[in-house]
Amino acid sequence: MKSAVIVFPGSNCDRDAQTALRDVTGGEVVMQWHGDADMPDVDAIVVPGGFSYGDYLRCGAIAGNSPVMREVVKRAEMGVPVLGICNGFQVLTEVGLLPGVLMRNADLKFVCRDVFLRVETTTSPFTTQYTPGQVIKVPVAHHDGNYVTDADTLKLLQDQDRVAFRYVDATGARTPGANPNGAMDDIAGVLNEKRNVLGMMPHPERLIDQVLGGTDGRAMFESVLAAVA
Amino acid sequence: MSETTPEITPEIIAEHGISKDEYQKILEILDGRTPNRTELGIFSVMWSEHCSYKSSKKWLKTLPTEGPQVICGPGENAGIVDIGDGQAAVFKMESHNHPSYIEPYQGAATGVGGILRDVFTMGARPVCNLNALRFGSPDHPKTRHLVSGVVAGIGGYGNCVGVPTVGGECDFHESYNGNILVNAMTVGIADTDKIFYSAASGAGNPIVYVGSKTGRDGIHGATMASAEFSEDNEEKRPTVQVGDPFTEKLLIEACMELMATDMIVGIQDMGAAGLTSSSFEMASKGGMGVELDLDQVPQREADMTAYEMMLSESQERMLMVLKPGREDEARKIFEKWELDFAVVGHLTDSGHMVLRHKGEIVADLPIDPLALASPEYDRPWVATPDPAPLNVDDVPAPNDPMAALNTLVGCPDLASKRWIWEQYDHMVMGDTIGIGRPGGADAALVRVHGTKKALAVTSDCTPRYCKAKPNEGGRQVVAEAWRNLTATGATPLAITDNMNFGNPEKPEIMGQFVGCIEGMREACLALDFPVVSGNVSLYNETNGQAILPTPTIGAVGLLVDASKAVGLGFTATDETLILIGETEGHLGQSLYLREVLGREEGPPPHVDLATERKNGDLVRAVIQGRLASACHDIAGGGLLVTVTEMAMSTGIGAEITVDTQGVPVHGWLYGEDQGRYVVATSNPDAVMAMAMAAGVRAQILGRTGGDAIALSSGESMPLASLKSTNEGWLPAYMAG
Repeated sequence: MKSAVIVFPGSNCDRDAQTALRDVTGGEVVMQWHGDADMPDVDAIVVPGGFSYGDYLRCGAIAGNSPVMREVVKRAEMGVPVLGICNGFQVLTEVGLLPGVLMRNADLKFVCRDVFLRVETTTSPFTTQYTPGQVIKVPVAHHDGNYVTDADTLKLLQDQDRVAFRYVDATGARTPGANPNGAMDDIAGVLNEKRNVLGMMPHPERLIDQVLGGTDGRAMFESVLAAVA
Repeated sequence: MSETTPEITPEIIAEHGISKDEYQKILEILDGRTPNRTELGIFSVMWSEHCSYKSSKKWLKTLPTEGPQVICGPGENAGIVDIGDGQAAVFKMESHNHPSYIEPYQGAATGVGGILRDVFTMGARPVCNLNALRFGSPDHPKTRHLVSGVVAGIGGYGNCVGVPTVGGECDFHESYNGNILVNAMTVGIADTDKIFYSAASGAGNPIVYVGSKTGRDGIHGATMASAEFSEDNEEKRPTVQVGDPFTEKLLIEACMELMATDMIVGIQDMGAAGLTSSSFEMASKGGMGVELDLDQVPQREADMTAYEMMLSESQERMLMVLKPGREDEARKIFEKWELDFAVVGHLTDSGHMVLRHKGEIVADLPIDPLALASPEYDRPWVATPDPAPLNVDDVPAPNDPMAALNTLVGCPDLASKRWIWEQYDHMVMGDTIGIGRPGGADAALVRVHGTKKALAVTSDCTPRYCKAKPNEGGRQVVAEAWRNLTATGATPLAITDNMNFGNPEKPEIMGQFVGCIEGMREACLALDFPVVSGNVSLYNETNGQAILPTPTIGAVGLLVDASKAVGLGFTATDETLILIGETEGHLGQSLYLREVLGREEGPPPHVDLATERKNGDLVRAVIQGRLASACHDIAGGGLLVTVTEMAMSTGIGAEITVDTQGVPVHGWLYGEDQGRYVVATSNPDAVMAMAMAAGVRAQILGRTGGDAIALSSGESMPLASLKSTNEGWLPAYMAG
């Protein structure tokens, strides 16, 4: 499997995504510079976390206008799996691949900690290697992860089984303390209608090794590998 | 020479913080010629306490700086130690105290930015940040605002740059009411054959400026950092710089890309005193002259004068000397990262710095006399008188030992700092070891990318000990940092020291400095723990009130096999707890005395360096032999607090066998005797045998398990309740 990680000025989880992809898939990982719309054929694309362009205008807004993103949208429409993590999720909403917006965290503070997620659907190229309802531990690290969308879109996401992950507590229950940012409907990750684009605030690429505190992120990359095999 | 600036009057000289004697020296250096204002400005920053270490140099020279592990000691941008396999750890700690008090967000943010640059200037990719913070009393009306701003500034900068903030400390004391301390540390990793130094060489070689444009911010920052504060310090806000972490991130990546080539001769970041000190240092170290054309300096504002450009402390800038003819190749890298790149001058063999601006020479100064012959003072000092002894019998025992424990775990210095470190991205870069996250171990643990090695990093200081007895406090700060690394299983390598003191012109303050250095020196020697970098921050006084003497120590150790590291939290029930070290029940300067009884008295505990070393070497051997599942050194609050912290970390309780062997119970429970650790093990016989063989005092202390902290004498308190006290204080305070 050959994959690409998009690199914007200010991306800072690009190397982490590269490490995870390389470690789990064993394949080549192309580091795709944002100014270069000429991307080789790849089986999957990761839009990584960080502070693209310093997040100075609005998180992901400037990156959304970079040449490479037009190509990413094209590939997504062709069915290539595209995973946006944290700032990458924000970029994917900016380019319209995913609905909704990520607002400032409800308590207005940056938050970095492990959270528990419930796997809400295994019908996607990112989640087949999890079990339905499985509770996984994955860290968040963001200032703007408060997912918001309009009521009609929310209903659509629910009806079409497009909520990939929800914030829960260790037992899998949706409690107020489990949601780190105030996201609507405890949404941590959503899929597009064709189910080949996933945006999520938590960082699965950070927990792929027991020495780092857990391996619950590995199954996401294993799922992508299985999907493109 | 053009003289477009006002005549140099005694008032102008005084405004620049230059003494009469120093001005005479300037006249001598210039062969009797009167400096112009630009030249005077350059002298003022180069000879400021901040840049010249004129009060501290004499004493800093006494610290041990060598060892087989040391690749580069003090004097460069950061210290460098060997971590094997052709790799090196590069690190330094630096203060940003005054700016952070005046403008907490930008002051703290630019402190982080500055120390990051010190490390990547040397060719190292920064891998983690730590911060030692000291605030005033929680009751002081400014404290909450300062905590909030400093934490947001550190997070805002570090999170955006993408370097994890993995550790640090945060204490409160009224002596910092008008002068907080923000000490930032960065650790980076470099290949030993790709280390870059600042010395310039090769007459004719181009001098290149990269990074942000120069503005009028931060002019006189170094001079401000070298004077006492007073009521009007709010007016100094324009001297605080503004940080741009996005540009810093681009600068790191661009420099890393350039450093992978062979184009660089020398490189130096523009920190305090900006263009002045970077160009002087590079030229001075290489014995060269410099000619700069200030019209080529990228400028953010119109009509900047030579004076302003030379003294600006605009952030995110670097100066480098390139090999001739490589400018265009280098320029392409910086253009890719959308950063300014300008050839601003060249090296000469004149030994002079010549500045041109708008076609005229605006300064012409001899470099060596100015940079190397900067003043050095032997300030008068008086030794701090020894405090009156305090016997354990003079200290009342608590009515309820568990209530006292609850007070301690909820006191500002011991309360959980989760509210702070959850605002820092402590996992970005994907190498922060799970048990080595904030609160998980005595030192933060960061894997060396792509290897099974890890660095252990910590910062520590116990200012109340340093105040009471500086040399004992100096020994203790070094020993405590060494202990923190040891308690994870790491081999301690070296330290960086960030010396925060009051006004050195007062003999009592200078005496604190001299005493602390003396103690540090002894400990560094006894523990083979040299100083490889450091920073001095003096004049930490407001309205004549000095801070507690605070020599913050940042320390780095190495784990050859990261999987052998242990955290401080219990990992299993029914394990045996072993107390390593001598317990005499020392309560002088203890947190029990201060927090429970409201007294700050007595001498600090004695650090016996031979015992310290023996105990630590044993603990490390136990951990390296995989005989311990958790380890925590006994620090502020004493034994009972230590065990409680181990329990709270993972939610497994403990029962302690109260066997004080003649020591009064409250001294045994809360005393702060040094050189001690608590180890959890499933193989107590092996650990006790190793201790006996090493001649180290060890005592079976109890067992892990249950959901409470329980004493064999019958008292107990639920862990959940203690944890809620410990976790509750800071969020409640900040919500205040």
